[in-house]
Amino acid sequence: MDFDLNEEQTLLQDSIRRTLADRYGFEARKGYAASETGWSREMWAQYAELGMLGLPFAEDDGGFGGGAEEMLILAEQMGRSITLEPWFSTLVLGGGFLRHGADAALRGELVPAIATGECLLAFAQQERDSRYALHDVQTAATRDGGGWSITGRKGMVLHGDTADHFVVTARTGGARRDIGGVGVFLVPKAEAQVQGFRQVDGHRAAEVAFDKARASHCLGEDALPLVDRVVDEAIAALAAEAVGCMDVVHAMTVDYMKTRTQFGRPIGSFQALQHKAADMLVAIEQARSMAFFAAMASRGEDAAERRRDMHAVKVQVGRSSRLVGQQSIQLHGGIAVTMEYAAGHYFKRLTVNEANFGDTDFHLRRLADAGGLIAA
Amino acid sequence: MELRFTDAERAFRQEVRDFLAAELPEATRAHMIAGKSPTKEMVVEWQRKLNARGWAAPEWPVEHGGPGWTPAQKYIFREELQMWPAPSPLGFNINMCGPVIIQFGTPEQKARFLPRMRNLDDWWCQGFSEPGAGSDLAGLKCRAVRQGEEWVITGQKTWTTLAQHADWIFVLARTDPEAKKQEGISFFLVDMRTPGITVRPIITIEGGHEVNEVWFDEVRVPAENLVGEENKGWDCAKFLLGNERFGQARVGASRERIRRLKAIARETMDDGRPLIEDPEFRRQVTEMEVELKALEMTVMRVIANETKRAGSGKPDPATSVLKIKGTEIQQGVSELLMKAAGPHAWVDGDPEAEGSNDWDVAPPWAFGLAGIYFNWRKQSIYGGSNEIQRNIMAKAFLGL
Repeated sequence: MDFDLNEEQTLLQDSIRRTLADRYGFEARKGYAASETGWSREMWAQYAELGMLGLPFAEDDGGFGGGAEEMLILAEQMGRSITLEPWFSTLVLGGGFLRHGADAALRGELVPAIATGECLLAFAQQERDSRYALHDVQTAATRDGGGWSITGRKGMVLHGDTADHFVVTARTGGARRDIGGVGVFLVPKAEAQVQGFRQVDGHRAAEVAFDKARASHCLGEDALPLVDRVVDEAIAALAAEAVGCMDVVHAMTVDYMKTRTQFGRPIGSFQALQHKAADMLVAIEQARSMAFFAAMASRGEDAAERRRDMHAVKVQVGRSSRLVGQQSIQLHGGIAVTMEYAAGHYFKRLTVNEANFGDTDFHLRRLADAGGLIAA
Repeated sequence: MELRFTDAERAFRQEVRDFLAAELPEATRAHMIAGKSPTKEMVVEWQRKLNARGWAAPEWPVEHGGPGWTPAQKYIFREELQMWPAPSPLGFNINMCGPVIIQFGTPEQKARFLPRMRNLDDWWCQGFSEPGAGSDLAGLKCRAVRQGEEWVITGQKTWTTLAQHADWIFVLARTDPEAKKQEGISFFLVDMRTPGITVRPIITIEGGHEVNEVWFDEVRVPAENLVGEENKGWDCAKFLLGNERFGQARVGASRERIRRLKAIARETMDDGRPLIEDPEFRRQVTEMEVELKALEMTVMRVIANETKRAGSGKPDPATSVLKIKGTEIQQGVSELLMKAAGPHAWVDGDPEAEGSNDWDVAPPWAFGLAGIYFNWRKQSIYGGSNEIQRNIMAKAFLGL
């Protein structure tokens, strides 16, 4: 049992942290958010230079051979600066489908381009009525000569407005909510109509329409287990990102408590507020523990056990995120409900993170229905 | 980063299980599965079996009879006993007073007391809290005055757990009334048979006799029974309380209780269906399981940290989580167990003790579950109340 980073991992963490500290302050972030893409192409090139964009891919495919621990490090650091770039869409989601669902030829084609920052991916999964159910798919895939043709509409596609390729879930068979018959396809952006917009957390997203779009590749005709696997890895990344967010907003809150004076003394001297700050720390440590657990559990080969574990991760991290986000605002007071102050932006990101791929209630219900973690 | 137990650690876990299967009396196990505290005889018998195996004092150095385990082994051992369930090594002897004597005691004290502690030839109890000194322990008033080769102790201790079983008591007493409150305290070892000691039971909310008042009326204690230096007893107390927190996570115990809860909820019918199928009840159980999984990982982090940084003395914020979350989970699960019993939880008392179950007024498993719920409210109060834990966190980790 060892939760420490090795030398290479420490270097990775330091290099990301330094880069973000230099170039991703809160003011810089505002600038990136206000730009046309809603995030920074320059930073993306910088990430490529640091080797971050090839991190989760095998060396044989042109990547750097990082595993779950390296992605935990990356995600946590990205959370610390609430970065806006499409690392989650491209490396974790799109990259996950490449790692687990693509053949060597396709990986050899896309991974080098991702690693140099030239190729962006997005996961077009959600539909208007699907909410958090991954198998609730109405978008249709039909055979079209040797390939597949996709028709349907996807919503809340994170970073869909800048993606070069979409990973799309579409029905190859079965009825709307059947577990079987969910296919996964790669569709180039030229085949899609895209309407971009901004999410409340500052991230860009898009509504994406496919009308007889020609898929370039099929990653699986009956591939819900593949989707589950990638989403489970995504949940691990979200957990680490949330921990990074929570650490920073908590530190910001505690600093504020030491400097803000009322009634002639720092507000941090009041026990009622101290105990809230302590409860935040408890919540963060429990979430950090679950983020480590997630890195380990997301690699599990037993799909049912892995799903249960990841439900538990979402429940714990979601509860911690909510408590830490809300209390950081409360302890600051009015300043934190203004757009110009950073804490509120962390709160907003934590709020979206909590609901990403299912909110706490959703995962708690799923875990309960699956019989929980402990056998009677 | 390596988040799994090694093969050797897994093999050790099996070794502990095999020992439990072979050596723990089935009656003791059944008694504990029913949620009852083990009797004195059960604890003594088990402690001696552990001692014969060399496992009586997991935390002690090898030279004093410890097994020389790694932090991970100690954790596995502790959790396996709790999950079985089996009595843990007696805390007063093994986790409280023993380590203080090892750290601060004289060679004579070590030779005299440690082997008997390990074998439970002497049952120890803790004389810390007083009516006026709870969370503010350093405000204690019990006095010790030097007279020749003896100290004379006068005062009152309270909440003294299982003093009715005890042969010895370790006592914090004020030896310098003029000094600042932490600086005038000393740590004594006192034979419970000494004239002037009176033990009065305190009956707890559920009717059990677990805690006591211990009165000292000019109790004469040989000078050789002072541990560490005169007026430096607070160092011993801080050291002891620091050791205590680690045991309060009780992950294995909560896992055993949740297993029990789920088994009960499967057998208990609720409006024609097993209770476990009630979505609201099931949700509450699942919440506990999630919290417990996170706590288990937090314990692992503390252990890994302890292994790496043994002796660095750097506090780990994760340790502060153990007491607060550990007790919240235990209390939460005890409440769910009581809820699972429904109206049958209202039957008072222990049926075996009173013979009150002749008419089978409730299923046997339901007896005492409310009592445990009531009794376990103590968990967030003792060992430094959970509010005191938050004060410590605010000061030590947040710098507030």
